[in-house]
Amino acid sequence: MASLQSLDIKRRSATTLPAPDVRVGHEEEVAKLIDVGRCIGCKACQAACLEWNDLRGEVGTNTGSIQNPPDLTANTWTLMRFTEIEEDGKVEWLIRKDGCMHCADPGCLEACPAPGAIVQYANGVVDFISENCIGCGYCIKGCPFNIPRLSRTDGRAYKCSLCSDRVAVGLEPACAKACPTQAISFGSKPDMLELASLRVEGLKERGYKKAGLYDAPGVGGTHVLYVLQRADRPELYQGLPKDPKISPLVSFWKGLAKPVGLGVIGLGVLAGFFHYVTVGPDTVEEEDERAAERDMAERRGR
Amino acid sequence: MTNSWTDIANSDLVVVMGGQAGDAHPVGFKWVLEARSRRKARLIVVDPRFNRTAAVADLHVPIRPGTDIAWLGGLINHLVSHDKIQHEYVTAYTSAPYLIKQGYGFKDGLFTGYIEGKRAYDMANWDYELDAQGHVKADPTLQHPRCVFQLMKAHYARYTPEMVERITGSPRDKLMTAWSWIAETARPDKVMTALYAVGWTQHTVGTQNIRTMAMVQLLLGNVGMAGGGVNALRGHSNIQGLTDLGLLSNLIPGYLTLPSEHEPDFATYMKSRGFKPLRPGQLSYWQNYKKFFVSFQKAMWGKAATAANDFAYDHLPKLDVVYDLLRIFNMMHKGEVNGYICQGFNPLQAAPNKAKISTALAKLKFLVVMDPLTTETASFWENHGEYNAVDPAKIKTEVFRLPTNCFAEEEGALVNSGRWLQWHWKGAEPPGEAKTDIAIMAALHLRLRELYKKEGGAFPDPIVDLNWPYIHPESPSPEELAKEINGSALEDVVDPKNPNKKLLTKGRQLNLFLELRDDGKTACGCWIYSGSFTEKGNMMAQREVSDPSGLGVFPQWAWSWPANRRILYNRASCDPDGRPWDPKRMLIEWNGTKWAGFDVPDFPPLSKPSAGMGPFIMLPEGTARLFARGFLKDGPFPEHYEPFEAPIANLLHPKVNSNPAARVFKSDLAVFGKPSEFPYVGTTYRVTELFHFWAKHALINAILQPQQFVELSEDLAKKKGIMAGDWVKVRSNRGQLRAVAVVTKRLKPLKVDGKTIEVVGLPFHWGFTGLTKKGYPSNVLTPFVGDANAETPEFKAFLVDIEKTTAPAV
Repeated sequence: MASLQSLDIKRRSATTLPAPDVRVGHEEEVAKLIDVGRCIGCKACQAACLEWNDLRGEVGTNTGSIQNPPDLTANTWTLMRFTEIEEDGKVEWLIRKDGCMHCADPGCLEACPAPGAIVQYANGVVDFISENCIGCGYCIKGCPFNIPRLSRTDGRAYKCSLCSDRVAVGLEPACAKACPTQAISFGSKPDMLELASLRVEGLKERGYKKAGLYDAPGVGGTHVLYVLQRADRPELYQGLPKDPKISPLVSFWKGLAKPVGLGVIGLGVLAGFFHYVTVGPDTVEEEDERAAERDMAERRGR
Repeated sequence: MTNSWTDIANSDLVVVMGGQAGDAHPVGFKWVLEARSRRKARLIVVDPRFNRTAAVADLHVPIRPGTDIAWLGGLINHLVSHDKIQHEYVTAYTSAPYLIKQGYGFKDGLFTGYIEGKRAYDMANWDYELDAQGHVKADPTLQHPRCVFQLMKAHYARYTPEMVERITGSPRDKLMTAWSWIAETARPDKVMTALYAVGWTQHTVGTQNIRTMAMVQLLLGNVGMAGGGVNALRGHSNIQGLTDLGLLSNLIPGYLTLPSEHEPDFATYMKSRGFKPLRPGQLSYWQNYKKFFVSFQKAMWGKAATAANDFAYDHLPKLDVVYDLLRIFNMMHKGEVNGYICQGFNPLQAAPNKAKISTALAKLKFLVVMDPLTTETASFWENHGEYNAVDPAKIKTEVFRLPTNCFAEEEGALVNSGRWLQWHWKGAEPPGEAKTDIAIMAALHLRLRELYKKEGGAFPDPIVDLNWPYIHPESPSPEELAKEINGSALEDVVDPKNPNKKLLTKGRQLNLFLELRDDGKTACGCWIYSGSFTEKGNMMAQREVSDPSGLGVFPQWAWSWPANRRILYNRASCDPDGRPWDPKRMLIEWNGTKWAGFDVPDFPPLSKPSAGMGPFIMLPEGTARLFARGFLKDGPFPEHYEPFEAPIANLLHPKVNSNPAARVFKSDLAVFGKPSEFPYVGTTYRVTELFHFWAKHALINAILQPQQFVELSEDLAKKKGIMAGDWVKVRSNRGQLRAVAVVTKRLKPLKVDGKTIEVVGLPFHWGFTGLTKKGYPSNVLTPFVGDANAETPEFKAFLVDIEKTTAPAV
């Protein structure tokens, strides 16, 4: 996504200058409410996301599940995750629409070393500005929800933009528009919280005593909210973290980064350090690392 | 649907059975969740699988495929024996009090009159006992041993909860919870809706499955009510229009019937279509049959249809037998069919027993396929390895592919499940050489007409005389056709009582079918659509969203047949005195001088309640039939018969295992499988991501569900050493397929008569064309046998075996 709302930018990755929105500051925060209790897993949201964002993944294979594609990819920004549970002889099918949670305190943005590659708008949307992305993959490490994915084609990171282009002109995200059962709603965050409490109440009346709202306080709350039948155990919903927090590594890196400022000279060193401590099962390949360094070298050259 | 999609929001209880509303109709399913939001409605899903619909349900009751009548018959027994019926409704509005002929009976699985060799019944005794005036005898106390109520009660007394559990495998606790929730809606202010689809029709007892639920809804007083009814969720966007317009081999538009060869002249044809009222003071609306029929003939043959030639009655074919899908392919298989025009249909995938269909198509001289997509049928002669292992060199059939536009590339009306005719406009031009179906059929007709004019023939008249008044004969416009279907006056008609009063003006569009005449002065292509395109314009294009009722009536959104009526039998939403059973669900009421309200009354507007006319005005008795009098081939009361391939014998009557009136061709009898060799029950269904065999041609849909899979329980998987993602082979006695295994908690083994029965789920979308990975159609497995009444193939219950196998060679 390109930055269409520069005046509305609240935070910008790897930038210490005051955000432009200090001049305005009246914009209301938005939220998308996903009511898992009304979701039939039809994947209309998944289709609408592909349509609106002009994304087309590969026609894959079936890996033993109706969840397809099996995981988020650089071309799959939202995904219905299907989980079957059985407790006391009662089967339940938990169907959660996965995608970026648009955290108030976004770990991806915190971790991002590339100036302006990740921004947070005053309305709360966290957006990746692809042309500024260096493909380092630190956003993946920074994200407590395991959302961003690197593209194998251009090496950059991608995720749901909450249809920031639609929202900017007063439309709801494509997924919310397509949802046939009003399992996805979109509006101001206070309105969505109110709707969520009604929906939770409805679930409780229907016997879901542990129903509740998922608004992750550990990341300052999110702009994508869930109503869950089993809010006591969000991890049942294919790994929705119970108490998501930004990795301490990210805070460490930010603490170090601040005194250094955003001096581009130190970036390569820091990036190397960061990679050293974080290398693991993430998707940052050596080739990506080299590409990032080449990219930064080019920037320095300019 | 008796009701409409929007009306589902008025329900207190939604029962989804014989279909998967959330999975296959996700957009319309929103009204179920609306009912939950507005009325705290509950949702019960009765299905072999815990499907996506069940994911949001309040109760899922598993059931063995093909045992719905046992389940619903048990429900009838429960309602009657626990006195959970709406008495006033049942007594006044159904055939419960009527006496049945002495000769009627039911014993050991057979109704009286069975003719063994013919697989058919003599239905003479399945009828009412009449008095001297020709009216049905009745006992309003419902006590007479031969009244419908008592016969029904006795018939279903055998369906005890124990028996139902043994047959269906539905666990008793869930069964009883579902029945008790359903029973609560016997109250006049509690209403249940029933949503079904081909999960009921695709059985050898398909019609009776639906009938059993209709009986339940009548006993509960839920028919005619807002939020009630028996609602078929149609599988294609215009399949309702297809049936309305008579695109079945034995129908003509508006549910009129083609003559049989026993009706060689018009007088004989009309003799069995007199519909004389069977009770005093009844309307019996089909008494107008002749008006509908003559007006149809005038629309077809114009000036060539005259009173002198019985309105061209001889131009209609006379059926010797019904030429349904199964019969046509059986004839083709025997080499009795030369050519086949396949318009918007993919029988190689859609008809049962692919091997038989493929052999049949190869015996044709020519096959014409009209379709926007490259279908498997159009490519049946291509070799696609194991997915279509034919030898093209051996197939001599000449195939013509005529590309047509898709729905978005033309204007016209689509009729939805709720009988709404919704006009839509062209969104884009068709690509390449694609033409509309209308243009292709018009070109075909014009050439045939020229040939017949030039060369004559045995009987060229029906083609040569066909009324073809269109501005561009080679391409009639959808508006012209819609106007013709609505009907118009062919001559001025004056009021016989007042010669100065003109009733109809020549050339004007008719307002409604009430204006139709049997003297040839009106023409109308389909009487039930009359009113859809009047002098006021195209009523199907209405888009006004106001809803004064608050009940989702939306009277000015599109147009609903008949007469823009949104809820059929809505007179039954009021008590005999004309007051709504539930004032909060007021559709219409008697206001002292006439019937009025938010919906168009399904009743003569001036008929006083005291006159005693029944709400079911289409029937000569004016009441709804709990006893199907001489109408259905397999019995006046629905009876549980096992599918033709079943894992157990019929527990009610082992000697009459399967539907004794279902038609089976001899060659197909030989290929039914035995449970000893095929121990598991196969059933087919859709997944949301793919629509039939079309959506696999769209990239996004292909991404969302890329490859064929079958579903099986964890228990069965363990027993067979199958892990999720493994390749499995599923076999029936007719063929086999290979697909990826989805092992799921959502399918559970059922306890059926003490045995453990496993169900193997077979979603049916894949084939050898399209953008998904190649796969097998599920009709490589399905049996070639259909419903006794509608001939719909039995796709929902048959026998298979499953085993682990290896991935196909790429």
